[in-house]
Amino acid sequence: MISFSPTEEQQMIVSMVKQFANDEMRKIYRECDESGEIPHNIIDTAWKMGLISNNIPEEYGGFDGEHSAITGSLIAEELAWGDLSLAMHILCPALFSYPILEMGTDTQRKKYLPLFCDDKFKTATAALIEPYFDFDPYSLSTTAQPEGNEYVLNGEKCYVPLAADAQFILVYAAENGNSQGFIIEKDTKGLDIGERENNMGVNALATYELSLKNCRIPKEKRLGGSDGCDFNRIINYSRVALSAMAVGVAKAAFEYSRDYAKERVAFGEPIASRQAIAFMLAEMAIEIDATRLMAWEAAWKLDRKEEATKEAYLAKSYADDMAIMVTDRAVQILGGHGYVREHPVELWLRNGRGFTTFDGMAIV
Amino acid sequence: MIDFEPTPEQQEGIEAAHQAAKELFRPVSRYYDEHEHESPKELIDKIWDRRSDIAFSVGLDPAAALRIEELCWGDAGLYLCIPGPALGGAAVFSSGTQDQVGRFLGGFNEGGPKWGAMAMTEPHAGSDTASISATAARDGDEWVLNGEKIFVTMGKRALEDSDGFVVVWATVDKSAGRAGMKSFVVPAGTPGMRVEKLEKKLGIRASDTATIIFDNCRIPFNNILGNPEVKKTETKGFRGAMATFDATRPIIAAQAIGVGRAALDFVKETLGKKGIKIRYGTPRQKLTALERDIMEMEANYKAAKLLTLRALWMMSQAQPNSLESSMAKTKAGLAVTKITQKAVEIMGPLGYSRKHLLEKWMRDGKINDIFEGTGQINMLVTARRVLNYSRDQLK
Repeated sequence: MISFSPTEEQQMIVSMVKQFANDEMRKIYRECDESGEIPHNIIDTAWKMGLISNNIPEEYGGFDGEHSAITGSLIAEELAWGDLSLAMHILCPALFSYPILEMGTDTQRKKYLPLFCDDKFKTATAALIEPYFDFDPYSLSTTAQPEGNEYVLNGEKCYVPLAADAQFILVYAAENGNSQGFIIEKDTKGLDIGERENNMGVNALATYELSLKNCRIPKEKRLGGSDGCDFNRIINYSRVALSAMAVGVAKAAFEYSRDYAKERVAFGEPIASRQAIAFMLAEMAIEIDATRLMAWEAAWKLDRKEEATKEAYLAKSYADDMAIMVTDRAVQILGGHGYVREHPVELWLRNGRGFTTFDGMAIV
Repeated sequence: MIDFEPTPEQQEGIEAAHQAAKELFRPVSRYYDEHEHESPKELIDKIWDRRSDIAFSVGLDPAAALRIEELCWGDAGLYLCIPGPALGGAAVFSSGTQDQVGRFLGGFNEGGPKWGAMAMTEPHAGSDTASISATAARDGDEWVLNGEKIFVTMGKRALEDSDGFVVVWATVDKSAGRAGMKSFVVPAGTPGMRVEKLEKKLGIRASDTATIIFDNCRIPFNNILGNPEVKKTETKGFRGAMATFDATRPIIAAQAIGVGRAALDFVKETLGKKGIKIRYGTPRQKLTALERDIMEMEANYKAAKLLTLRALWMMSQAQPNSLESSMAKTKAGLAVTKITQKAVEIMGPLGYSRKHLLEKWMRDGKINDIFEGTGQINMLVTARRVLNYSRDQLK
């Protein structure tokens, strides 16, 4: 039965996350963007909401909730509305734990999932993006070569969130041309984590380049063991997450520019009472809603274990365009005031521009 | 629970609509485009026989949008020819009493095919519906209607070809402005009402678009929908008209989506025959321009469709949906325009030729960005709603 109403449980989670985003994230996000630092206490507070451990089965110490991409996209939107850097930091451990949860071997699940059920934030991450303009997740330059009981990994990665603090990194590499995941521990020989990156946006999120030089890991460290992983599904989870986050960022920019347009008076009337401004805002609202529904539909397919590549991909490309359109217009509506850092819209434009780049940096 | 799957029963209805579109509409689609104003009598009889299949009177919910999509995938003009109370019915439903619903819609599925129509637009009042000049004057137990209405979709079939009716918007007190605006049901055959002319149009040529003249046309007093009294502060009649739009706009959006998908299907099928695949999942910078176009068309189709389903879902849940209806209509009008125009471009000589249906779909699709409020009027309604502005605050 077609329905657009989240379950009661989902509504409860959303209202909790919304409150956190409003009361905690919105208080400090600007400062975080300027300083590039995120205070530990907000990460710990966020962790206590159990957004990640909630999906882990009881036998591993979790709360036994169902892992749902729809719930995940609802959460991702609210957090990204609060702030994208903070949202990506808070959800970063899922980049490691969700693929293990969904596709790990019994041994991998037993070993790693309990780590994410502690009361303290557990830093783990994944490395997908490579520093090439023609980077393609389905055709990675990083390679994993089987040799006896080991894999030998070689290649360069970038935009790896929280890599410097991560105990475990899920590195995606091409094995015979197929993208697969490999669990690499911090001290593995040949793994070198570079300096923190500086990007146009998501300034508060610590991301790193890393290089793998003849990095040897035991064969059983391949995600999913001998079966490997369904890489396409992981990418689809990521596309849904990023689409939902794009909606959150865009919604923040829309609301701010809408409120500004109603207050800012020019020629004796609020600028919102002119169609040139009002129509921009109307279109922003339409496209934000449309993108959210597309993300939901893709998430719904994932939750039903159906093939969702087309839906997730279309949602993500639509979200990419929507995010830049909306955040750019928000700056435009504020005019000169939008360009100065006193107002947050320039931050949202910088963050909004990133979605075409952020492949694999978030997951639901 | 968020869910995008129709029930098995709804799915059957959608498939039946698709079959009807394929078997009944597509084979004669071109013919009735080229023979404007020729009534597809045989087709209408066939539809009438299969009306339980097509099941268009089941109510307004997301599944209705999906059935309409299928039918308009077949042919948007012929879809409008399907017998039924249509927009007139929507007006009776949203503003009429239970007695009136029974009286005007009760026998609609019995006897011969019948149509309903709605007459709002006048030569000098389109989207500015508050300034219509047709009048209704009370005379004892009757109303006397005078005025000229244009762009009445299916006006001729409702009034000349069947025992249908038209819902007419007229003012009972010009000085009262919007408060004086009321709607009246005028049954076919009422003296003083005549179909003056039929428009020749860019598209949806199979459906008639009539000009109707009311010249001292008398109807019973209780054919007024809603309250006959005029209170200057009360604009219920006008709001009744606007409430009708909440229901009809997503329906137009669904029609748009159907035409858009017809064009998309044609393009993808043609490319498929040439072995050209659309590589979903490939990074953007590796896509061909053609792939980018197709993906953009598909995404726009999907965006419009989901907004439409949401608007109708809210309606089925008795939630206020003016904003969402206008959003869906705005988006779908833009989407079908973009998709069909792009499809003609991409298919080159196949697109422009009348040998195929693409050029027709481009002409047909455009109406959805115009009737039941142009894209601009719907954008204005959307803007007022998101800004929480009155019509005086945002003109």
